[in-house]
Amino acid sequence: MRDFDYIRPATIPDAVAAAAQPGSAYLAGGTNLLDLMKGGITSPERIVDITRLPELDRVEELPEGGLRIGALVRNADLAHDPSFAKAYPAVAEALLSGASAQLRNAATVGGNLLQRTRCSYFYDTASPCNRREPGSGCSALHGENRLHAVLGWSEACIATHPSDFCVPLVALDAVVEIEGKDGRRHVTLEEFHRLPGQTPQRETVLEPGDLIVAVRLPAEAASFAANARYLKVRERTSYAFAVVSAAAALTVEGGRIRAARLALGGVAAKPWRARAAEALLIGAPAEEASFLRAADAALAEATPSGDNAFKIELARRIVVRALTSALAGTPALMPALPASPFSNIPGARHDA
Amino acid sequence: MTVHIKSHGDASDGAFAEAVGGRLSRVDGPAKITGAARYAVEQQLDGLVHAVLVDSTIAAGRVRAIETARAEAAPGVLKVLTPDSIVGLRTASDWFGTPPPDKPYFPLARDITFSGQHVAAVVAETFEQAVAAAALIEISYDETPAIVDLNDAKAGDGIPVDAMTKEWGDAPAAFAAAPVRICAAYNTPREYQAPMEPHGLIARWEDDRLTVWEPSQWLDGMARTYAEWFSVPFENVRLVSPYIGGGFGSKALALSHGAVAAYAARMLGRPVKLVLTRPQTFTGYGGRAATRQTVTIGAAQDGLIQSIVHRGVNETSIDGMWVEPLGSVTSIMYATPNFSSRQNVVRVNSVVPGAMRAPGENPSAFGIECAIDELAYEVGIDPLEIRLRNYAEQDPHARKAWSTRQLREAFATGAERFGWAARTPKPRSMRDGNQLIGWGVAAGTYPVRRAHGEAIVRILADGSVEVESSSIDMGQGTYTILAQTAAETLGVPADSVVVKLGDSRFPRAGVTGGSRLAGVMTGAVYKAATSALDQLVGLAISDPRSPFHALQANTLVVANGRIASPRGDGPDVSIAELLSGIGLDRIEASGDTMPANSTAEDRYKNYTTISMALPHTEGDYSRHSWCAHFIEVRVDEDFGTVRVSRVVSALDSGRLYNPKLAESQWKGGIIMGIGQALLEEGIVDRRHGRIVNNNLADYLVPTNADIPDIEVISVGIPDPHSSALGGKGVGELAIVGVAPAIANAVFHATGKRIRDLPITLEKLI
Ligand SMILES: Cc1cc2nc3c(=O)[nH]c(=O)nc-3n(C[C@H](O)[C@H](O)[C@H](O)COP(=O)(O)OP(=O)(O)OC[C@H]3O[C@@H](n4cnc5c(N)ncnc54)[C@H](O)[C@@H]3O)c2cc1C
Ligand code: SF4
Repeated sequence: MRDFDYIRPATIPDAVAAAAQPGSAYLAGGTNLLDLMKGGITSPERIVDITRLPELDRVEELPEGGLRIGALVRNADLAHDPSFAKAYPAVAEALLSGASAQLRNAATVGGNLLQRTRCSYFYDTASPCNRREPGSGCSALHGENRLHAVLGWSEACIATHPSDFCVPLVALDAVVEIEGKDGRRHVTLEEFHRLPGQTPQRETVLEPGDLIVAVRLPAEAASFAANARYLKVRERTSYAFAVVSAAAALTVEGGRIRAARLALGGVAAKPWRARAAEALLIGAPAEEASFLRAADAALAEATPSGDNAFKIELARRIVVRALTSALAGTPALMPALPASPFSNIPGARHDA
Repeated sequence: MTVHIKSHGDASDGAFAEAVGGRLSRVDGPAKITGAARYAVEQQLDGLVHAVLVDSTIAAGRVRAIETARAEAAPGVLKVLTPDSIVGLRTASDWFGTPPPDKPYFPLARDITFSGQHVAAVVAETFEQAVAAAALIEISYDETPAIVDLNDAKAGDGIPVDAMTKEWGDAPAAFAAAPVRICAAYNTPREYQAPMEPHGLIARWEDDRLTVWEPSQWLDGMARTYAEWFSVPFENVRLVSPYIGGGFGSKALALSHGAVAAYAARMLGRPVKLVLTRPQTFTGYGGRAATRQTVTIGAAQDGLIQSIVHRGVNETSIDGMWVEPLGSVTSIMYATPNFSSRQNVVRVNSVVPGAMRAPGENPSAFGIECAIDELAYEVGIDPLEIRLRNYAEQDPHARKAWSTRQLREAFATGAERFGWAARTPKPRSMRDGNQLIGWGVAAGTYPVRRAHGEAIVRILADGSVEVESSSIDMGQGTYTILAQTAAETLGVPADSVVVKLGDSRFPRAGVTGGSRLAGVMTGAVYKAATSALDQLVGLAISDPRSPFHALQANTLVVANGRIASPRGDGPDVSIAELLSGIGLDRIEASGDTMPANSTAEDRYKNYTTISMALPHTEGDYSRHSWCAHFIEVRVDEDFGTVRVSRVVSALDSGRLYNPKLAESQWKGGIIMGIGQALLEEGIVDRRHGRIVNNNLADYLVPTNADIPDIEVISVGIPDPHSSALGGKGVGELAIVGVAPAIANAVFHATGKRIRDLPITLEKLI
């Protein structure tokens, strides 16, 4: 790790002003940033510690309906908030399926949105990587890419965004509240992360100094509470990133789907909202045939970026399973292994 | 859950917890849980400085230039070391004690044979300064083509290792004539020990005496290497290693980073600390070599094996030699009149592979124990039944009687506890919703390796007892079982025994590897304690100041720290009272298991090399531990993900010195086997040979949530041919056979034979 300046601003404007200077990085839970600094993947000259900023660690009901979640709310606190978990069960399930208990205790809402990719070459400073060092090339394209993107990738970068939390959030039309040099603005989470194109180093719409202050869920998001699931296929039962994941939320009336939300994780450089699939589902009978059609639509544009064609088929299957599970109804209790297809194994432990 | 089948002679029968065979909890547990246990690199030394390594980023070639000026000018930097700046070290002998070539030794490399080879090092006042300066070093290379791994098109067939050839009968002809023939190839990838505590050390020189605080499975062997590198007498090197955060075979040898740190310490006249980063633990020493095997079995319709032809290959490095004995289980598990096993090694641009829990036996069992399952399905016989039909009544290779082999009992007990009889043989015939359920069985074995050790036992003035040995405890329970051995032999409570380990100044011990330490060291402590007890009783009887002097007894009883006459008709005093009565502040005795007229040279060789280890087939017997694993898996039909949902294992490790600790080691082995079967694989980049997943987020080992309740059952009986107190080996046995049991269960669940580990989801969808 290189030497850096450490600043602990008292107010949001002070924070934004400090971080607007080149070479700055916000420090929240530090679970991602510090690892990147220790490995020499990023070397900020100035750390702006936002953990003492007032009022960013609150969850508030909005007057017009919906919820506003402060950027510093810890992942674990949010997931274990009973009224939150009741209204947005798929979001709570996604949070609890991520990382480990220790990391969830430290990780924040804002940090989770901004976590960097887990592409191994991004972490290996001896390898070219366009995201880490623009213009140096993409080592993954002709390297080990079994877990890389199958949607929205470019030859410049085939990495995925690893967050679980973002997947149900994007499905539920979450909005990111940003404070910048020119004041406050709102960006939908769907637009917040960028696809790589020719500039994979630009991962989000944030400009220097921009601070995430909150994430908002609109009133309608809670209307799916009875039929919402997050499912995650991972190689080990806990403490592993998704190979692919899906958030599905339905409202069903008289055997027909009235509203549908669907998003995929682990498939692209952003949480992937499957709008074409949603369009097919709305008004369709709530049955497997509709789910299979939706799965085909969700993956219609998918192409392997390397040795990962299996992820396309896997993603189709998880879409069907997530929709089937959502239709079956949100479980009354959080499954012992959140988001796991194996939660029903006898003796499954509640320590995922 | 753990079940004890007492009728099988589990030595805990009736024993109270503190005696040998009792379930005493780990005596080092509280220190570890409270953080009081201080590990090697946690020593606080005055003047300590920090070293950081810079590694090669190419797999083959030569360092053209190293730009060090910026690093040298960086804050706090004391020294930048490059291949040229380390001079005067000598090549050390290998672990067999083969005299080394008379050549200088360069722990930093100019000629690069693998990615991750140490090329330069920075020493600075603080760790952060060393890291920052290391990032400023620029190395340029002349790169040459590399053979990145076993599957590289340039790798070729390798070099035959004739010593591995085992043949009897005419295996190819018998195979050709057999009515049933199966042939399949089985592959295992590079796997890593991944201990929680990374490798590292603190080195300090005082004149020409070197002290090294370093996690070590072999203090005396490593001390020898340091002494030879630095051309100082063996006695001048002291290794200290009181606790070890996991080794699994990887901490038995001194490694090049140790030479760099000790060199820097001597050069700077200050203690130097150097700890490998987690990525460096994938290249700073070798994991388990990748292997390939083909197993062909010729059999009769009734499943009786007529011939086994086995060919194996493992990878080794460009200039080192590692042989992973792939025919070790193949050649002894089943009776066959015709057998042929041969092995090659292939040189690739990697660090030299090393020992990892049950080297040889582990991949060997994956081949033969999957193949016999394939044969069972080919002839339509239950996989357990076919193993019994081909049961080897004696060692088929050595043609000697087994010392003990409770494998039949293991099969019977395991099958019963697991409920094997309810299995429906057809693949895909058991399911629960989206999950296919499979039941698999496989056997495992590990040879009884024997060597020798020394110990000192002291009875102190307050009646407490001290045991000293340079052997180590890496979590397997040496502290505890040696306390139990001394307590039982001397007749004192275990909590009055203090065991001191992990310092090469103590009486010596050979390598803690190959599951040999418990058998060796309980023997040495038993002898030392017996001779201390003889002295104590002798003095009590003969010393005129002793209250027992007048009794004219020829023996006394020592129990619970007190001495009395056998009939209880005389005095009854504590050991402390007796010692103060006769004016002694201690009684001390040493004991060892060396043959009677061993010379000093014999002893040195025994403790610092592995050349004196006794073959497991020495004399009239063939000595092995045995086990049978019964495993249930659940496979998600859509996603191909496999989870283990039930394990029942029955194991024969002979007598257990402490069943609680043995069970815990068995369970650890089974858990590691689950990781090997489903998760673990070092992924090699085909261009530069680096391990891509060189960290614990990407190199997956099982978490708690991956592990079901594991039932382990001891079916062993005391084996007098294997060790002084009747134990065989515990530490490595249980991993052997887990991966094939899981692969067999996956076949039963899905109808798919996965012969390449690990069994990842894309192989099943
Ligand atoms: C081993 C491991 C396993 C993991 N597994 C999973 C998993 O399975 N699923 C999953 O979803 N995640 C996983 N994670 C990632 C984890 O969720 C993130 O590390 C965490 O959410 C980051 O939050 P933080 O508060 O610690 O962020 P930090 O590390 O503090 O910051 C991350 C980034 O966000 C920026 N930042 C933080 N807050 C703000 C803000 N308010 N405004 C602007 N910029 C900001 C920082 O400058 C930095 O660039 C894993 C992490 C590790 C280390
Ligand atoms: S996929 Fe993206 S992050 Fe990975 S090496 Fe290529 S450019 Fe870098």
